[in-house]
Amino acid sequence: MADILEIRWHGRGGQGAKTAALLMGESAADAGRYVQAFPEYGPERMGAPVTAYNRISTEPIRLHCSVENPKYVVVLDPTFLGTVDFTHGVKDGGAILINTPESPEEWRKKLNLGDKNIKIYTVDASKISREETGGNFPNTPMLGALIAVSSVLDIDKAIESFNKDLTRKFRNKPDMVGKNLKAIRRSFEEVQS
Amino acid sequence: MKVRKALTGNEAMAEAMRQINPDVIAAYPITPQTEIVQLFSNFVADGKVDTEFVTVESEHSAMSATIGASAAGSRAMTATSSQGMAYMWEVLYIAASMRLPIVMPLVNRALSGPINIHCDHSDAYGARDSGWIQLWAENAQEAYDNLIQAVRIAEHSEVTLPVMVNMDGFIISHGLEIMEAEDDDTIRNFIGVRKPVYHLLNEKEPITMGPLDLQDFYFEHKKQQADAMARSADVIREISKEWKDLTGRSYDMLEEYRMEDAEIAIVALGSTCGTAKVAIDQLREQGVKAGLVKIRVFRPFPKEEIAKALAHTKAVAVMDRAESFADFGGPLFRDVRASLYECDSRPKTISYIYGLGGRDVTLDTITQVYADLQRLVKGEQVPMLNHLGVRD
Repeated sequence: MADILEIRWHGRGGQGAKTAALLMGESAADAGRYVQAFPEYGPERMGAPVTAYNRISTEPIRLHCSVENPKYVVVLDPTFLGTVDFTHGVKDGGAILINTPESPEEWRKKLNLGDKNIKIYTVDASKISREETGGNFPNTPMLGALIAVSSVLDIDKAIESFNKDLTRKFRNKPDMVGKNLKAIRRSFEEVQS
Repeated sequence: MKVRKALTGNEAMAEAMRQINPDVIAAYPITPQTEIVQLFSNFVADGKVDTEFVTVESEHSAMSATIGASAAGSRAMTATSSQGMAYMWEVLYIAASMRLPIVMPLVNRALSGPINIHCDHSDAYGARDSGWIQLWAENAQEAYDNLIQAVRIAEHSEVTLPVMVNMDGFIISHGLEIMEAEDDDTIRNFIGVRKPVYHLLNEKEPITMGPLDLQDFYFEHKKQQADAMARSADVIREISKEWKDLTGRSYDMLEEYRMEDAEIAIVALGSTCGTAKVAIDQLREQGVKAGLVKIRVFRPFPKEEIAKALAHTKAVAVMDRAESFADFGGPLFRDVRASLYECDSRPKTISYIYGLGGRDVTLDTITQVYADLQRLVKGEQVPMLNHLGVRD
C-alpha cells in the first residue's frame, strides 16, 4: 500500500478550515492524486473550534476514519493555544504550521515540544490576507505555506487549481480570486522555519 | 466518456440525480442530506434539469407528494435522513404496497434520542420491514453507481418496488473523494424512460390506486409484494452486470474481500468496509487469514450468497451500526446467523454493535474485532454480544 499523507486543519467556524481542506483536496486531485477532504462536524457555530482533514496518496484511499497521526497540522487560529492540543498525535518527523507573527522558536516553547522531532513553521497569514484581500481570511494563505513546507504539490500548478476553484466559489465577487491567489503565493514565499 | 472527479458523497448523489433528470422531486432538507436537495435545486434554477421541484412543509408531505407523482406515471424521487425518514414512516409502507418505483437516497444518521446528527444505521434499519429494496454504499463512487442502477431496479416490470440508496452520513456525505462519473448520454441511455403498466393519468384505462383492501385480498396483495421482493434479487444481479459491461465497475448482492481462504471474517454495511479492507491487508501481511463480506443489498437479503461466502470460515463477526434492543445483536447479525443455519458446518458467529452516533471506527477498532475472532478460533471465550469500544 502506498504511503498516505495525512493533514489536520484547526480553525474556528467561519475561518474556512473546511474550505481549505476541500481546496487542498481538489488541487491534489487535479495533480492526479487520490484524496480525501473531510471536516469533523459538530453542531458548531461561528467561532467554535473546527477540525478538518486531508488524505493524499498515489493509490485509492479506502480508510473511512478520522486522521490520528497527521504529518502536518495547520493552525488557522493560534488563540486556541491551551484549549486545543495542536500537537496531538503528530507524526515523528512531522510539522505544525501556525498563522502567527511570532517566530517558530517562540511557538516551540509555547507548545512544549522540547527535543521532539516535530518542526514548527510560522507565517502571518492574517496580515497577508488583510493586505491582499482586505479581510482576515487566513485559510487560503495557509494553503501556500502548506505547499511550501510539504512540497506535496507544485505551487504553480496548485495556483492554477485554486484559480479554477476560487473562480467558482467567488462567482459573485470575481475580484477576490486574484487577491486570494496573491495571498497564497506570498505565504508560500514568506513561511519561516 | 468517463470523467474523474473529486466529489463529496452528497455531490455525487446530486450529480447522479441531475443525470437521472427525474420528472418530479419533492423534498425537505435535513442534516446531513440537505446538500443533495440544495444542489439539485440549483440544477433546477439553472435550467440543467426538467424536473418539477416541489418544496413541501415536511418529510411526510415529501413522500406523499412523491407517491402522488409516481402514481401519476412520472419518475419521482426524494431524499432524506434520520428523523426525516422517521416522519415518513407510514407513507413508506404506502409507497411499497402501491408498487411505486420511487428512488430515494437515505443519508444514514442516528435516530434521536439522545439528539445526534452523525452516522449510524438506525434510520435504515427502522425501515427494514417497510417493503423497500435497500442498497448500501462504501463510498461516494458506490453511492453514485447504486443510485443510477436503483432507477432500473425499481422500474423493472418484475419488480416495481421503491429503492432506498444508503450512504453514511458525514463520513461519506461530507467527505471529498475521487470517483468516476459517466457522461450524461450514457446515463440517459442506461436508464431510459419510465414506462408504467398502470398509471393514474391514463384516461383510456382508468384505475383506482390505494383503495381499502380487507380480508378478501389484502393477504394476496402482500404476497405479491413479497414475490416481487424475491424476484428483485435476479433483477439486481442482471442490472449490475449490465452496469459492469457499461462502466467496468462491478457490483453484486455482496462483495467478498479476500474471502477465498479466509478463516475469520467480518460482515458489515457501509463506509467501515473500506477501513476493514485496509485492516485485512495489514493482517494478511502478518499471516492472518482475515476477510470481509460487504453487504450491498440488505433487502432482499442475500442469504445464499452469505452462506456460500462464510461456510468455510471458522469464526465470523457481524457488525451492526445500530442498536435494535433485541438483546440478541443487531438485525444484520440475526440475518447472517440465520443464513448459516442450513450449512453442514457453520462458523462461530458473534455480534458487534459499533460506531453509534458517529463514534469513530479506526483501524485499531477493526483490528480488535479480528483479534477477538482469532481468540474465538483458538477456543477461548468471547461473548456472543458485544458493543465495540463502548465505555463502561
